[in-house]
Amino acid sequence: MDLNILWFILITVLFMGFFFLEGFDYGVGILLPFLGGNDTERRVIINTIGPVWDGNEVWLITAGGAAFAAFPNWYATLFSGFYLALFIILTGLIVRGVAFEFRSSDRNPVWRNLWDAMICAGSFISALLWGVALTNLLQGVPINDRMQYVGTFFDLLSPYTLAGGLTTLLVFTLHGALFISLKTEGELAQRAGSLAGKLGVLALPVFLLLILLTYVHTDLFGKSGAAAVLLGAAGCLALTWLLLRSGKNGWAFAVNGLTIVLFTVSIFWGLFPRVMVSSLRPEWSLTIYNASSSPYTLQVMTAVALVMVPVVLLYQGWTYWVFRRRVTVKDLHY
Amino acid sequence: MTEVLLARWQFGITSVYHFLFVPLTLGLSVLVAVMHTMYVKTDNEVYKKMTKFWGKLFLINFAMGVVTGIVQEFHFGMNWSEYSRFVGDIFGAPLAIEALLAFFLESTFLGLWIFGWDKLPKKLHALSIWLVAVGSNLSALWILIANSFMQHPVGYTIRNGRAEMTDFFALITNPHVFYQFPHTVLGGYATAAFFVMGISAYYLLRQKHMDLYRRSFKIAMIFGLISILAVTLVGHWQAQYLVQSQPMKMAAAEAQWETADPAAFALVAVVDEQRQTNSFEISIPKLLSFLSFNSFSGEVKGLKDLQAAAVAQYGPGNYLPPVSSLFWSFRIMVAAGGWLVLLSLLSFYYWRSNQLEAKPWLLKALLWSIPVPYLANTAGWYLAEVGRQPWIVYGLQKVEHAVSPGVTTGEIITTLIGFTLIYGILALAEVYLLVKFIQQGPDYRPETVDLPSTDKGVSLWT
Ligand code: HDD
Ligand code: HEM
Ligand code: HEM
Repeated sequence: MDLNILWFILITVLFMGFFFLEGFDYGVGILLPFLGGNDTERRVIINTIGPVWDGNEVWLITAGGAAFAAFPNWYATLFSGFYLALFIILTGLIVRGVAFEFRSSDRNPVWRNLWDAMICAGSFISALLWGVALTNLLQGVPINDRMQYVGTFFDLLSPYTLAGGLTTLLVFTLHGALFISLKTEGELAQRAGSLAGKLGVLALPVFLLLILLTYVHTDLFGKSGAAAVLLGAAGCLALTWLLLRSGKNGWAFAVNGLTIVLFTVSIFWGLFPRVMVSSLRPEWSLTIYNASSSPYTLQVMTAVALVMVPVVLLYQGWTYWVFRRRVTVKDLHY
Repeated sequence: MTEVLLARWQFGITSVYHFLFVPLTLGLSVLVAVMHTMYVKTDNEVYKKMTKFWGKLFLINFAMGVVTGIVQEFHFGMNWSEYSRFVGDIFGAPLAIEALLAFFLESTFLGLWIFGWDKLPKKLHALSIWLVAVGSNLSALWILIANSFMQHPVGYTIRNGRAEMTDFFALITNPHVFYQFPHTVLGGYATAAFFVMGISAYYLLRQKHMDLYRRSFKIAMIFGLISILAVTLVGHWQAQYLVQSQPMKMAAAEAQWETADPAAFALVAVVDEQRQTNSFEISIPKLLSFLSFNSFSGEVKGLKDLQAAAVAQYGPGNYLPPVSSLFWSFRIMVAAGGWLVLLSLLSFYYWRSNQLEAKPWLLKALLWSIPVPYLANTAGWYLAEVGRQPWIVYGLQKVEHAVSPGVTTGEIITTLIGFTLIYGILALAEVYLLVKFIQQGPDYRPETVDLPSTDKGVSLWT
């Protein structure tokens, strides 16, 4: 296996981790104003992700950095091409990031409601747009022979990619509801659990629609492996719902996480060895070879990653262990 | 051409904004870690209160640093895609390493620190804030390794139409880093020290919570004295180094049009960029030669000769950065440095002789000088970044060739306005909160309030 493939896999893993972890952060953010009936509940909800949300977001920063280092042309085409979409995601990340810190810092109810709305809106818009972005990668966007994106913002929006956005939105929200049901106690946890059931009912048909549209609009089903993984993701989503109905929320959370992981894998597998598909001409697509850094840089980065990634996984895992208990009114920081 | 200008404005605004929060993070993380350690060592509740008070201010500031940092990381691809293609092989590496090595450390252990007060053993808990401090300083190191490559490219070769890395070790031992990193980080320490001193002075003036703020003052004062002296010293060395490596930048910073030996140092000057001369100046003979070479003779190259040399080397074009603004930004930074040195020496002297609290003018001066390090930081970056114009990568790529070709003027204007608006609003919220916390003092705790919308169990639909 050459290093280009290794880095493609590594970036896939980073996005997997990002969507799995930040997925429930987004979900928690989206549900905050709906599940949190009063201020205490809202504070409990925010504090479930309090210690971890920033660390989870670093998965994205690392994925971006890794793409820049290993596939600079990919980074350049993607970020300049998806310009306005990324700007919207950035505004979402900005307002929600500061809102966590700001909202409980003042007693004024207007202030608190305002930042709660920011957390919700910022999470909503990001959760939606990540799905749009992923499906656009796979479907293909107008890229010319000089690796330049030549479309507009609205070229990124189509029924297919919106279905992709709706899917990530619903699956992440479900993920968040399950997370709250595991991390809180009593009545709040119950309400989160039953909301998760309803979200499952919504998410499953949307996901099936996405699979159908993927079959129509992309070449993913040309790869039986990728197709199998995508169907596996749908299976996991169905299983999540079944587990929820029998009250096994812990398992449901794990299996829904698997849905997210498998979905991410299937998209990247469908792409491989391309990193961005050109809808103008297949040979103008960016691949892990024509977009990559020099072999020397890839070697250096591989050495760094082999040393650092396990260390990071260890201490981040340990954090989740330290904060494994349910959050109660006694341990509120935000 | 308008795209280049707009993209530059956007990068300039967002970078300056990011760097309003970064220096305080760099220094305050260390100071809070020191306070926390003293709490663990002495078991004195005052230190705990102190740690929590400054910790809270640290967190509000940190949140802003984080969200503005993400914008910075996206920027290179969004606005400077041709730059990213040209140097990505080299420049991407330190950015990725920064995330892996520093950001994970910082964010994870900060979470542990905030929520760990009664969940972690005491020593482990104090260790976590130290790891946050290490993380933020490592982050500065790696981003400055990246920036130093733009200022002084090393360890590369031009191949396949782009710069490719040939020597990672040369990249991380870039001589430019040896000046830029300590100078920037120490500038951050000084920023935090004067922040803590200034706010402590505010309480000492009002005679509230005296015990806590006397001790805070003392810690910050020692930290500040050392770091501000070191900043100026390293800054001086850095300038001497730049006379060799980026002579054009330093000649502009001195508004030195003609080559001279020995060269005079202009204290103030009215720069006439059209006619390439200073229409007025007050200068000290021989001083510039001395500052540059530690000797009263030595040839300092002037802008006109450097321009001619650049044309000979790189072909026709204008290689002069904007002289007047560089001249003044350098003077602002140096004056700020001098003022802060003076303040810390005075504070030290009066504190040693136990007269500090009897000198309200000094305490007031300290309070009002909180913005001064910020001014110095911004002026310093202005000098560093604008001084390398027209190059984005010194001698290799010009700014006008770096901008994203596919991004339209309308798009840049949209995001430029968008970021400016959001950043403006956030700045107001941030200042509001900081002032509120400072006025409320060390006893404030977030608590639950009655929100108007309390019908329980609202759900998406029922
Ligand atoms: C509290 C902050 C602070 C203070 C008091 C000073 N500086 Fe500074 N300076 C910075 C904060 C800073 C900075 C923000 O950290 C910069 C921007 C880029 C860099 O390397 O450091 C900078 C840049 C910078 C540069 C340009 C570096 C480059 O282009 O790469 C020079 C030559 C100096 N400084 C020199 C000085 C001198 C001679 C000072 C003496 C009083 C001084 N600085 C005080
Ligand atoms: C260390 C990381 C940094 C890198 C890699 C970097 C890189 C860049 C780039 C690519 C540009 C746009 C191109 C240009 O105009 O030359 C720029 C401009 C600028 N940067 Fe930086 N920058 C860094 C840090 C900062 C910081 C922290 C500040 C401010 C506090 C800053 C201040 C500016 C300013 C004022 C400009 C506008 C200059 C102009 O366009 O004339 N930079 N920098
Ligand atoms: C233009 C180049 C820069 C980029 C791409 C960049 C990127 C980032 C990112 C992505 C974060 C958020 C990390 C998180 O989520 O925890 C961040 C925060 C931070 N950055 Fe920057 N940064 C730049 C310039 C700088 C400079 C010049 C320094 C210091 C010398 C610096 C020091 C820091 C520090 C200490 C933090 C921690 C959070 C805080 O600032 O409060 N950055 N940066």
